[in-house]
Amino acid sequence: MTTSVTNETPSTLLSHVEAINWNRLPDEKDGEVWNRLVNNFWLPEKVPVSNDVQSWATLTEEEKTLTMRVFTGLTLLDTIQGTVGAVALIPHSLTQHEEAVLTNIAFMESVHAKSYSQIFSTLCSTKDIDDAFRWSKENPNLQRKAQIVMDYYHGQDGMKKRVASTILESFLFYSGFYLPMHWSSRAKLTNTADIIRLIIRDEAVHGYYIGYKYQRALELETEERRQELKDYTFDLLFELYENEVQYTHDLYDGVGLSEDVKKFLHYNANKALMNLGYEAMFPSDVTNVNPAILSALSPNADENHDFFSGSGSSYVIGKAVETEDEDWDF
Amino acid sequence: MRTSAQLIYFSSVSNNTHRFVEKLGLPEEATARLPLHTHSETLYATEPFVLMLPTYGADGGHGSVPKQVIKFLNVASNRALLRGVIGAGNTNFHDSYCIAGDIVAQKCKVPHLYRFELMGTQEDVSKVHKGLEEFWKQQSSLAAA
Repeated sequence: MTTSVTNETPSTLLSHVEAINWNRLPDEKDGEVWNRLVNNFWLPEKVPVSNDVQSWATLTEEEKTLTMRVFTGLTLLDTIQGTVGAVALIPHSLTQHEEAVLTNIAFMESVHAKSYSQIFSTLCSTKDIDDAFRWSKENPNLQRKAQIVMDYYHGQDGMKKRVASTILESFLFYSGFYLPMHWSSRAKLTNTADIIRLIIRDEAVHGYYIGYKYQRALELETEERRQELKDYTFDLLFELYENEVQYTHDLYDGVGLSEDVKKFLHYNANKALMNLGYEAMFPSDVTNVNPAILSALSPNADENHDFFSGSGSSYVIGKAVETEDEDWDF
Repeated sequence: MRTSAQLIYFSSVSNNTHRFVEKLGLPEEATARLPLHTHSETLYATEPFVLMLPTYGADGGHGSVPKQVIKFLNVASNRALLRGVIGAGNTNFHDSYCIAGDIVAQKCKVPHLYRFELMGTQEDVSKVHKGLEEFWKQQSSLAAA
């Protein structure tokens, strides 16, 4: 199961493996998340991105360049998470089943990374694709964000790897995710947005699960160490946040969307903290995401859907119906 | 087990919904948590209540109402006392956001009172606190009329 780590040997591989028994689940969350991930499995080839070719042609050159840069940035994060991040967590697993779930997460991150290439090959020329990848190698803020996370993945501290990983899954992607939601809210690149929504859904499960495992592992730590890790989490989030703000300006100043993107960053930073079991940090007056973006993310997220929030006073309360077990199995 | 709690909730071992309920700061007897496992006996409500439940992002809603909640709502007397639903979820799940709450609200013909994400922000907590207070006032004046 879990491995002992010596000072000389980096914990790059498990030192001991036993046959995994899925009929004994020490942590039921492992089975639940495994099933959820398997049910959510998808491949980009199923989404008809070619239907976006006409829509792509309506974007200005600047908007096309922005979109490609955003997607190469997202590709980089998915590559890191697939080939380094999720794999680096395996030796620190609390259960064997967690190791198995992490292999699923690693694979899906590679699917995500590949799906951007499918979008590119459908919409863009080879030269433009190469230019965008070159930009991603040369942009200091993108490289810095990758470097900060990679440093922790190469370290020895499993708890810090979990924090970095959760922040990546639940926060670092969102400066990029904003743009396809923006296009989708204007009825542009809607098939591409469908792919991104599938990725967004997966990242939610990944962030939830890795954050949950962090909280379980935290229960085994001393009070002093818990405080250290909490301080570390907020310090790391701040460091990455400041970098994200710079990165956001690099990308979005030209189209005048930076301030709108920043609200989306604050909103998702709060969710990253909650996935780690900490209270949200950004107050509601800076997390008020543009309703068009929120609605592209989730069509039933706006306040009008809630009885408490006003419009519900006319709600008619009917009479309950008889139910059976089967009725609930939708 | 019988409970007179006005807020009955389900929370998995991740404890997100449990944390939200703790933050509401209600008296102990005012809240009750459904058992974690379906093999345990469910709760029997004795007073009108609001149900709070999370959604775990099932695609198109299939299987998204937790089994423990289904077992609880299959008790007719529990359904008869259900007055409203509060959903927890994550907007990353697109149109499945809080869908378990939508399903229960629709099936039991009660309002979906509020939605929040993960363990909720401070703003969510104060909105639900105030909202529930007003909701129960409204309910008792309806009952008196």
